Amino acid sequence: MTVGLILLIVLAIALSGYVLGRRRSLRMVGGDIRKLHSLPGFYGQSVLIFAAVPALLVMLGWMLLQPPLVDRHVARLITEADIAEGSSRDLVMSDVRRIADGLDQMMAAENLSEDALQALDAGDSDIRAKLGNVGIALGSDVRSAVFEAAKVYRDSAATGRTLMTLAVIGLALTGAVFGYLRIAPEYRARNVAETSVKALLILSSFVAVLTTVGIVLSLLFESLHFFRLYPAREFFFNLTWNPQFRGGSDLGIFPLLWGTLYVSFVALVFAVPVGLMAAIYLAEYASKPVRAVAKPLIEILAGIPTIVYGLFALITIGPLLRDYFAQPLGLGASSSSVMTAGLVMGIMLIPFVSSLSDDVINAVPQAVRDGSYGLGATQSETIRQVILPAALPGIVGAILLAASRAIGETMIVVMGAGAAAKLSLNPFEAMTTITVKIVSQLTGDTEFASPETLVAFALGLSLFVVTLGLNVIALYVVRKYREQYE
Amino acid sequence: MMKDNRIEERTVDMDMTETKISARNVQVYYGETHAIRDVDVDILDKTVTAFIGPSGCGKSTFLRCLNRMNDTIPICRVEGTILLDGEDIYDKRVDPVQLRARVGMVFQKPNPFPKSIYDNVAYGPRIHGLARSKAELDDIVEKSLRRAALWSEAKDRLDQPGTGLSGGQQQRLCIARAVATEPEVLLMDEPCSALDPIATAQVEELIDELRRDYSVVIVTHSMQQAARVSQKTAFFHLGSLVEFGETGEIFTNPQDPRTESYITGRIG
Repeated sequence: MTVGLILLIVLAIALSGYVLGRRRSLRMVGGDIRKLHSLPGFYGQSVLIFAAVPALLVMLGWMLLQPPLVDRHVARLITEADIAEGSSRDLVMSDVRRIADGLDQMMAAENLSEDALQALDAGDSDIRAKLGNVGIALGSDVRSAVFEAAKVYRDSAATGRTLMTLAVIGLALTGAVFGYLRIAPEYRARNVAETSVKALLILSSFVAVLTTVGIVLSLLFESLHFFRLYPAREFFFNLTWNPQFRGGSDLGIFPLLWGTLYVSFVALVFAVPVGLMAAIYLAEYASKPVRAVAKPLIEILAGIPTIVYGLFALITIGPLLRDYFAQPLGLGASSSSVMTAGLVMGIMLIPFVSSLSDDVINAVPQAVRDGSYGLGATQSETIRQVILPAALPGIVGAILLAASRAIGETMIVVMGAGAAAKLSLNPFEAMTTITVKIVSQLTGDTEFASPETLVAFALGLSLFVVTLGLNVIALYVVRKYREQYE
Repeated sequence: MMKDNRIEERTVDMDMTETKISARNVQVYYGETHAIRDVDVDILDKTVTAFIGPSGCGKSTFLRCLNRMNDTIPICRVEGTILLDGEDIYDKRVDPVQLRARVGMVFQKPNPFPKSIYDNVAYGPRIHGLARSKAELDDIVEKSLRRAALWSEAKDRLDQPGTGLSGGQQQRLCIARAVATEPEVLLMDEPCSALDPIATAQVEELIDELRRDYSVVIVTHSMQQAARVSQKTAFFHLGSLVEFGETGEIFTNPQDPRTESYITGRIG
């Protein structure tokens, strides 16, 4: 039975448990809901939980544990002699798994019975060709032992699946009956239902936390791997970035970090004042109709894919800046430049700053504004001296969010600033960022063993540390001012 | 202490004071709603005038007309004439910002700015350029806090946020803030509704002191409070001014049956 079908059956059991449980609770008090501890729906929910949760947990565990166990069992069938020269146990095992997967299709294509399959031997029939017919291409002829192992693999997997089906459906039924029998007017079904809601919420937050931890750990381990191959001192203090795929590369992060920070700085210098002033206009000055039109229009900017911004940088802003600023001023002849990428990224960041700041400014209580106006302050005095200080923590948060976006941005930089790792102060010079180099080190047919590819993880980790640092600063600033202002 | 029997002596010196604000035929509309009809009131200088009436009768709305705070509400429209020292405050040439510097306001809910106590009080003097030096500003802050009876509690924590004070202290801070701008008229919109009885008593005492220099207009739900602090009382009902006269008269010998019903607790 397939996993989807088992899921459907468990769900059906749980849902009928809900209906039956609800009905039973009502019947027990003769339809008078007031005599029940909880509403009838809660009784139904408690049966549903008892039926579905243990069964689904077991199913999840089974599906995680079964493949390694079967693997271990089958691997024992393959002796050292069955492993071809230049191959390894892992490769043979992956062949075994692919053959096992293909056997069912082969049986259907060739009209083989179960017995005929068992009788089939790799020695006297061309298994490789037959498997090839159903889309399983193998690198070499199938050895007898491998084919036998594949058959065992298929059998064990099928047995496991059958056992799992029985266990899961049995558990669902048992749970449903257990939950159904527990129902009594004084049974606190609402508490069970509420607890399960809480458990669900906790589980969801754990998914997010565990994912973060997982990402950080994988970055960390791969980076450690990299630092074993390439000295950390060179990585952090070498001032050149010059990867060579035949070895002997210079992999200094400094030019990339400089490019990242420079482009982000230009973007923020552009986005923060514009975004903040737009937010103030929208929140304090704009009339309702203007606001209703302008705010969504600004937020559309946030919905444009960054690749489109990249095109805009490449086709419009880059040549414009080169022809009217860089060349007349004698600062360079490249249309890819820090300025191009920074300006375009700044445009992209405007809605981040303005939308969040606008919300924060609107959240400042009207009473505080009235207090200021009541003292004879003008609108701009009120904004500068009362509203902005009160909204500062939120505004700082908005700016740092924009900064994180800027640091992590890739597409606009590739198309706007180019891919040359350079250390320069000239904003009309082409430069590149950490993200761009991560992409370029990992694209193409590479294996994850050389420092040239592993450096991507170290770069990613550095990027993560920078943005994490920004977030910590943001939290600190917000907390400091919150103490002062609340 | 204030006693009701002082009402008699208070009325005596009223004849000598002059009219500060004179409102004639005032109408206020919120969109289509006619919130205030035909209100005529004369508010005297150096007098406490109380506006009483049931909730929603328009007394706060009328109060907010007196310093054009209603300008901040887009759908609000004011008609009629309101003269401050003989000048029409709704004249096009009048800057509402300057008007509000002359007619200060204290709100129902304490609304200190998210700043230090000192900066709260210094806010008005700073934006109106009332102090020429830091020492002068310090003087104004101290004087205002003293007048609001907050100096002894606040003098050691001037650099701490005003929002950290208790509710009663916050309201006195707001009064100090309003007083610091040296207004000629002080409008108070139910200044004690969020305060406990002790803080209320302190604020009421303060109002009585402020009367020496300012004309004070107070909106209140408490008839006892109106009787305790005011010399003149106006009774509003359903957007109209029903009766306006000396506080003693209104409370002991109301002319209109609606006023009598309200002060004896039958409507409201």
